[in-house]
This record gives sequence, structure tokens and C-alpha cells, in this order.
Amino acid sequence: MEILMSIIIGILFTSATYLMLSKSILRIIIGTGLLSHGIHLLLLTMGGLKKGASPLLGQHASSYSDPLPQALILTAIVISFGVTSFFLVLAYRTYQELGTDNLEKLRGKKEHE
Amino acid sequence: MSILHWAVLAPFIYTLLIPITYKLLKRVHTGWFVLPLPILLFVYFSSNIGTTSSLQAKIASIPWIPSLGIDFAVKLDGLGMLFSLLIAGIGSLVILYSIYYLDKDKEKLNQFYVYLLFFMGAMLGVVLCDNLIVLYMFWEITSISSFLLIGFWNNRSNSRYGAIKSMVITVFGGLSLLAGIVLLYLMTGSFNISEIITSVQQNSIISHPLFMLGMICILLGAFTKSAQFPFHIWLPDAMEAPTPVSSYLHSATMVKAGIYLIARLSPVFAVSGYWLWIVSLIGIITLLYGSFLAVKQVDLKGLLAYSTISQLGMIMSLLGIGAAGVHYDNESIYYIATAAAVFHLVNHATFKGSLFMMAGIVDHETGTRDIRRLGGLMKIMPITFAIALIGSLSMAGIPPLNGFLSKEMFFASMLNIRDFNMFHLDTWGVLLPIIAWVGSIFTFVYSMILVFKTFTGKYQPEKLSTKPHEAPMGMLISPIILVSLVVIFGLFPGVLSNTILSPAITSIYGGGVYDLHIYHWHGFQPELFMTIGVIVFGTILYLSVTKWSVIYQAIPVVWNRIYDWLFGETENTFNKLTNKYMTGSLRTYLIYIFSFFTLILSYTLFTKDGFKIDTSLLAPIGGYEAVLSLVLVISTIAILFSKSRLTSIILLGAVGYTVSLFYVVFRAPDLALTQLVIETVSVALFLLCFYHLPRNARKKESIPFKLSNAVISVLVGLVVMLIAIASYSTKLFDSISPYYVDNTYIKAAGENMVNVILVDFRGFDTLFEIAVLAIAAIGIYSMITLRMGGKKNENK
Repeated sequence: MEILMSIIIGILFTSATYLMLSKSILRIIIGTGLLSHGIHLLLLTMGGLKKGASPLLGQHASSYSDPLPQALILTAIVISFGVTSFFLVLAYRTYQELGTDNLEKLRGKKEHE
Repeated sequence: MSILHWAVLAPFIYTLLIPITYKLLKRVHTGWFVLPLPILLFVYFSSNIGTTSSLQAKIASIPWIPSLGIDFAVKLDGLGMLFSLLIAGIGSLVILYSIYYLDKDKEKLNQFYVYLLFFMGAMLGVVLCDNLIVLYMFWEITSISSFLLIGFWNNRSNSRYGAIKSMVITVFGGLSLLAGIVLLYLMTGSFNISEIITSVQQNSIISHPLFMLGMICILLGAFTKSAQFPFHIWLPDAMEAPTPVSSYLHSATMVKAGIYLIARLSPVFAVSGYWLWIVSLIGIITLLYGSFLAVKQVDLKGLLAYSTISQLGMIMSLLGIGAAGVHYDNESIYYIATAAAVFHLVNHATFKGSLFMMAGIVDHETGTRDIRRLGGLMKIMPITFAIALIGSLSMAGIPPLNGFLSKEMFFASMLNIRDFNMFHLDTWGVLLPIIAWVGSIFTFVYSMILVFKTFTGKYQPEKLSTKPHEAPMGMLISPIILVSLVVIFGLFPGVLSNTILSPAITSIYGGGVYDLHIYHWHGFQPELFMTIGVIVFGTILYLSVTKWSVIYQAIPVVWNRIYDWLFGETENTFNKLTNKYMTGSLRTYLIYIFSFFTLILSYTLFTKDGFKIDTSLLAPIGGYEAVLSLVLVISTIAILFSKSRLTSIILLGAVGYTVSLFYVVFRAPDLALTQLVIETVSVALFLLCFYHLPRNARKKESIPFKLSNAVISVLVGLVVMLIAIASYSTKLFDSISPYYVDNTYIKAAGENMVNVILVDFRGFDTLFEIAVLAIAAIGIYSMITLRMGGKKNENK
């Protein structure tokens, strides 16, 4: 299962990288969204999969899945959500002010070089 | 702190007074307030001649950074005395001269004298400090103050060019010297010159692997400072400085710092044949090259600059040959070279100082330094002419002046070297006297040009901007004193030999008193015939100079071109390079980052043999997971190919929900919940963004496929995948999670382990994650509400 997950994570990273290399801001942010999904799944996979019950003591199981990566991922999800929403509003403001979402057009002026 | 320490620091402390006197006493030339200091120093140093001539040294030391072995150690021995007297003595004369040379109303005298005193203090520090690090510190202060003085008239572009050039070259050498000092420390374990010399005498460091490198670094420092070939190019451009500065720094003192260093460290390195060869060869080449090019110059100061280069080369080559004396204990015929070097050092300082002052007077009184416009000044400026004549004849080596004596000794040492049967000198050594002789002929020629083209011939008043007349007496005092010294040292060399020269030689190589006798008449020795040859051939060449000087047009100006080319090309190349890779496009930078990431990781993974697959730890693949994987992969890839943005947003939502289903399958209920909610909000935000796209950009467009992007992305994905598999297969130790499982209820009173970890075991993470969210919220709020540009528009 972990090897399959690694392949899926690889595909997520590939797609994310490809999107981040494109010109439109929206596609770049979609790329970062995919990248964070990939990273969260990677965290979970590296902790080992399907080793037991959910990490709730009420389950009275003999073994539980590792709670630590889950806590880490929960933190990471919230942080990446904060950052993504900030970026999205930033992109929205950029559209409003500059009237474009093409990164190639968002260049400094010549005299600033 | 001994008096010697105060002597080194006095010029620095004295600079504090200068701005005050300059501002408060505007009617008196600031130079008068500066003048007492070097005179006082000169008197102080002279009063110690008794100590040094009896081969005692005045030593004092105060700790500065004791933990690093850096002490402010000063040592006044014969060599230090010689240099200190030059610095203080010529310093007094130059300051006196500058009082009449620089106008008190037109020039920024406060700056001038502050820089000059900085230089004087630094130079005293260089020659008196026994600790190499402190010496290096003063060495760099001389570079900096020389830079400031060359660029004194900083509104002229030539001054700025010359200042930068000298700074670049001497600081290059200075840094190399620092490297050499550190290497020397590694070899001997001390920064103290005296200790280094003692330890080297006990066990030679010549077989040490760092020896050669250390030697070359130190030689580079000395050669750049003393304007040796091919680092001589800064000196002619430094002539843009005011003439007192050229006279003091660029003929008598600073350019001799390199010579001082070579002399001082000779006992350390002289055992090596390379030292002997490099120093004497570079010196002799500089001698020939400098004297050859000096003939070509049409500017008085340019000619004197090349002449200085050539004479420094001569002293340098003598020091190189003097090193041969180390290999023989009984014979001292090679010590004559060191004696000649030390003697010529004094001679050169006297006559070159006076010649520069002479050039300054001619410039001051006629408004030009161009030899082609000058001529026939003999009757108008008789005293200046006398100064020029004596100085030039001494420089050319005519008896009975002091230049003759040192030149004879120079020829004698060059001839002696043929007998030296080490390091192939007995075969190739024969070249040295020949080059020396040819160089001396050119020295004779330019000395004649200097005096006769300026003062004899046709008087051309129409080419001069002012009506020339004899200089004021005050300006003439210093050069007159210097040329009187030229004559006195020439007629009575014994005045110098036992008081100053002999202790200086002893302090270079140690041992007892070197009995130095300087004679005018050696009998019919070969060096006498060489001098006669110099005079004969020199006269012939001087008289026919217009006929053969065309060869100078055929010789290109190589070294300056190389410097300019290097300087310009470095700037250009890096400009182009930076413009090339800093494209301003985010995509390019991401490509750099991703490629580097891929390259380094895959290189490490495969060279360190890190890849392996271990299937024993794997969990089985169930039906649910297979279906979910398929959905996830399909929707991910579909994003890449979707033409409309709306489709991509919805597909991203699909990916997010699938991920939360994965969390369900993999027994992570809290994650599934959070992921579900957050994905919903995110997709809503994406839709908001999409809705506000500018109209013209909203039309659907197909995304052009780029192969380079695809290749990089695939590589990134592949590397991440491989590393994930490899690291999962390498379990170095067990997880710490059993502790959480065991103690969640017992210690923290909770049953949900993830929540207990978040708020109890690892609550700090959560605190700052809350902070992140708060900052994001405040940021978004301020982005939407704050409109700096908008307010401006409203005002309009």
C-alpha cells in the first residue's frame, strides 16, 4: 500500500510542479493546493498505514494507527489553508489592481533593473 | 605603553587637532601646526641612534588580543631606525614644502593633513611593529590613506581613476599578504617576527608543505606595494596626487614598504633558492622595464614615476642577491648586495624626493609638466636647475654623488653573483649584470632628459600659461636640504655607514657588526668600467634620442591594457551573466530551484547507495484504496488537461474530497473532518477568485504544452517517489508513539489521542498555528480595506 501511495504522491508532485510552472496565477495556486495534498499524504504514509484502529482510546483495540503524524498533518492543513486563502485574496487584489493574471506580464519596469 | 608606542600613535592622535586649528585659525596655513610633529618624531628617533648602532633594539609590547597571539609589539632596531628616520625626516620636509605648495584658501587643507598624518602614523606602524597582524593593519591603513591622497582632487576623473587603480592593486596584494601571514603562523606558531625568525633558525621550515604558498603570498604583497613588474601600473597613475604626496608616498616611503617587508622577512625565506631567484629576477626585470619606459614619458612626474619603479626594482634585486649571503657563513661578498640595497634606499629617498619637489616647482611656476612645452628655464630658475642637476646626476650614478656609490656597489654585487654556485646561478647568473648594465644606461638617458630637456634648449614662453620665475624661498628649502644630503652622503658616506646602514644590515641577517666601508675608489675594478660604459653609451643614446625613440611607438602599452580589460570585462561579464539568469520571470527561478533540487537529491540518493525497497513492512492494498487511488490520479491528471479554469477548480475540489476519503480509510477521523470543511471553504475562495477575473482574461484558452516543464515536473515527482519508497524501507528506530497511546488517558485525561497531542502534549504548535490563522485573517482584511493608491485618487 505504501508503494502505491508513494506513486500517487509522485503523481501529485508532478502535476503540482507542472501547474506551478505555468503562467496564470490561478493555476499556480491550484498547483500549491495539489502540492500540499501530496505532502500531507506523504506525512501520513511515512508514519505507516493501516496499523490498527483509529487513535481513539474508546475503541479498545489492541493496536492503534500512529497519532503523531495525524497531529502534524492537522497542523499543516490549517497552516496551508491560512496561506492559501491569503494568496487567493492576494491574487484577487492583483486582478483588481493590475487587470491581469498573466505572470509574464507582471514584470518590473525596465528602469528598476 | 612605552614612548615608542606613543610615537607610532602620535600622528593618529594629532589628527584630532587639525580640524580644530583649521576652523579656528583660518589665517594661518594649517601645515604650520602639523610641522612640529614629524620634527619631534625625527628628533626622538635620532636620539636613539646610539642604541641601534650598538646593535641593541628598543622593544616594547602591550597586549591587544592576547588570546589570538596579537600584541601591539614594537621594536626599534637598525632597519626600523633607518625607515623611521626616512619617514619622519622626509615627512617634515614634505610638510614644509606643502605649506608653500598648497594654497590655504583654495584647498581643503584639513583633509589633506589628516590623510597625510594617517599615512605617516601607518607607515611608522609598518616599520616598527613586530607583530605581523598589527603590521598588516597598518599596511592597509597606508593603502587607504594613499587612496585618499591620490584622489585628493576628487573632482578630476583622472584622480579618481588613479586612486581606484592603486587601491585595487595594493589591496589585492594586502589581502595576499594577510594570507601569507596566516600561513606563516601555521608554519611557525607565532605572529611575532622576532619569534618567527628565532624558530626558523632552530628548525628550518623550508620542507613544510605550506612554505612555497606562504612565500608567494608574501611576495605578492610586497611586489604590489613596491610597484614591481607587472604590478607597477598603479604608480604612474598615482601621479594625479598633489606633488608633495607623490614625493612622500610614491617615491620615498610607501613604495618602500614592500622593500621593508622583503628585508624583514629575508631571514625566514632566504634559505630557499626560489626566494633568491624570484626577488632578484623580478627586481631586475622591473629595473630594465621601468628605465626603458621612463625615456618615453613626456610628463615630468610620469618620468619620475617610471624612474621610481626602476629604482625600486634595483633595490629589490639587490635584496634578492643579498639572500645568497645566508648560504655562506664566512664569505661576506654577498652582503655587499644588502649593503647596497640599504644604501641605495637612503640615496633614492633623498634624490627622488628632491626631484619630485623640483617637478612640483616647475609645474607651479610654469603651469605645465609637459617636457615638450618646457625648455630654457636654466637662467630663469637657477636654484631649481641646480637641484634638478644634482638630483639627476646622482640618479644616473655620476661621481662624486651618492648615486654613484650605490650604483658601483650594485654592479659589484651583480658581478659577484656569478661566483655563486647554487641554484644554477653560476650559469644563468651572468645575465643579471648584463640586464643591470643595460637598465643603467637607460637610467642615465632619462636622467639627462629630465634635467636638460626641462632647463636647457629653447625657451618657449608662448607655450606657457604663466610667466615663469624662481620659486619662493620656502618652497626651495626642502629640496635644497635633500640635495645637500645627496652631496654629503656622496662625499662622506662614512657618516651613514656605521651609524645607520651597518646596524640596518645586521638587523636583517643578524650576527655581529658588518664592517661596511664605502669607497670612492676601488681601483680598476670591472664595475668602474661598467660605469664608464654607462656614461659613454648613455651620452650617445641621449644625443641620438630623437632618432631611435620611434621604437616606442612600436611597443604597445600591454599591462595597462590588461588591467583595463580585466576591470572592464569582469564588470561586463558579470553584468551580462546576471542579466541572463535573473530574467525576472517566476517560472525561470522555479525551474532553477526544481532542477537543483532534483539533481542534488538524485545524485545523493544514488551515489550514497541509498535506494532500497523493503516489502516486509507494507500494508495490503484493499479494494477501497484501489478505487480511491484511481479517482485521485484521474482527477489530478485531468486538472493538467482541463481547458477551463472552472473545471480545474472543481477537479481540485474532487482531489481534496478524495484525500479526505483516504483519511477515512486510513483511520484518521479528525483529519477527514478538517479536510472536508477546509476543502469546501478553499473551493469557495477559488470560485470567488475565478469570478473576479478580468473579463478579457476570462475567455477559455488552451494551455500550450511545454516539454521542458513536463520533464522537470516528472523528474520532481519521480525523485519524491523514490525517496519516499527508500526512506520507508529504511527504519532506523521505532516510533515514539506508544508513549502517547499509553499515557493519553492516564496523564492527560483524554481519549482522542490526536486532540490530546494537539492541545496537551504538543500545545505550542497549536498556539502558533492559531497565530498563523490570525495573521492570515488580519492580512486579508487589510489587503481588502487598505487602499493607499485609492486615497490619492480620491484627493484628485
